Amino acid sequence: MVTVLTESGEYALAEAEASTTALWCPAREADTATGWVAKPEGLCRGAVCVPLPAGREREFVDGGRINLAALWRHLGQPAVRSERGHVWVLSASARERKAALASLEAPDFTLPDPSGRMHRLSDYRGKKVFLVTWASW
Amino acid sequence: MVIAVAMDSREGDPLPWIDAAKPTYPTLIDREHRLAELYGIVNVPQAVWIDEAGRIVRPAEPAGAYEGFRQMNRATREMPEDVARRTAQAKALYLDAIRDWARNGARSPHAFTAEQARAHLPAVTEDAATAQAMFRLAQFLLRLGERDVAERWIREASRLHPDSWCIWRQGAGVTELGLAAQPDFWARVDGLGAKRYYAPVDMPGMP
Repeated sequence: MVTVLTESGEYALAEAEASTTALWCPAREADTATGWVAKPEGLCRGAVCVPLPAGREREFVDGGRINLAALWRHLGQPAVRSERGHVWVLSASARERKAALASLEAPDFTLPDPSGRMHRLSDYRGKKVFLVTWASW
Repeated sequence: MVIAVAMDSREGDPLPWIDAAKPTYPTLIDREHRLAELYGIVNVPQAVWIDEAGRIVRPAEPAGAYEGFRQMNRATREMPEDVARRTAQAKALYLDAIRDWARNGARSPHAFTAEQARAHLPAVTEDAATAQAMFRLAQFLLRLGERDVAERWIREASRLHPDSWCIWRQGAGVTELGLAAQPDFWARVDGLGAKRYYAPVDMPGMP
């Protein structure tokens, strides 16, 4: 069992197997956690498909499983694993963050208030938002 | 409207402040520093102005904060009078600018054009993106009770993203007031030399 933290949340992947360099996930788990699926064209997420490097396909896709760590490295996106391999963070690259900001569309997020109620930035469309950070420290 | 987000990872830390303020606007808690990932936030207070259509009008910038605290007497916490005055000035100027934008929208001189907004976007390095991923891992490991390991990850995250005071101060030991203002903090601030703790804000008259 491996816990994977991605852009869309936290996922306890019962059948994922981690080594020091690989994170093999059954296709369904990989799709749920990251949106990436294997197709004849390569690995795809939404409208984007990435062809697998010739001769190295088995590093990425093997018998219905996807090696998310290999994919993340290939895409130049941060993949950080705990020493024990039980927790992985699969993140977006700086290039992706910058491109999102360059669109000037305020990236959406969902965060809780003290009562635990979740608020989405996009809930407040139609009003000007002054988004300000602070901290107890 | 105001959305205030506490970049506070330790459960319960922001609550006494929120209780005391009794805010009339949403106060959210960002334990994983998601806003740092998404908006390139490196310190508090930093603000982003977002219009009715969800477009960034002013990207992340210090919100009326002033560098003057560096001249504070660290024993007595007193500030020289002229520094205190400029500190108040910076805050008042920024608040006036927000009000002007609230009233006048895109016509406000403080509302950036799309081109200006793009020119003011924060620089995001790949090391910073990796650092934020490490920070997120650290917070998860803390929830599992793996404190020593988590602290190592926060230190590594800070090493990769030294410009982030959010990462460093979140990981730092705290004073009796709960402030990450131990001697380590002042040493790190002094280590900035001529570099700014708060990045300059592009607003006429801002000290």
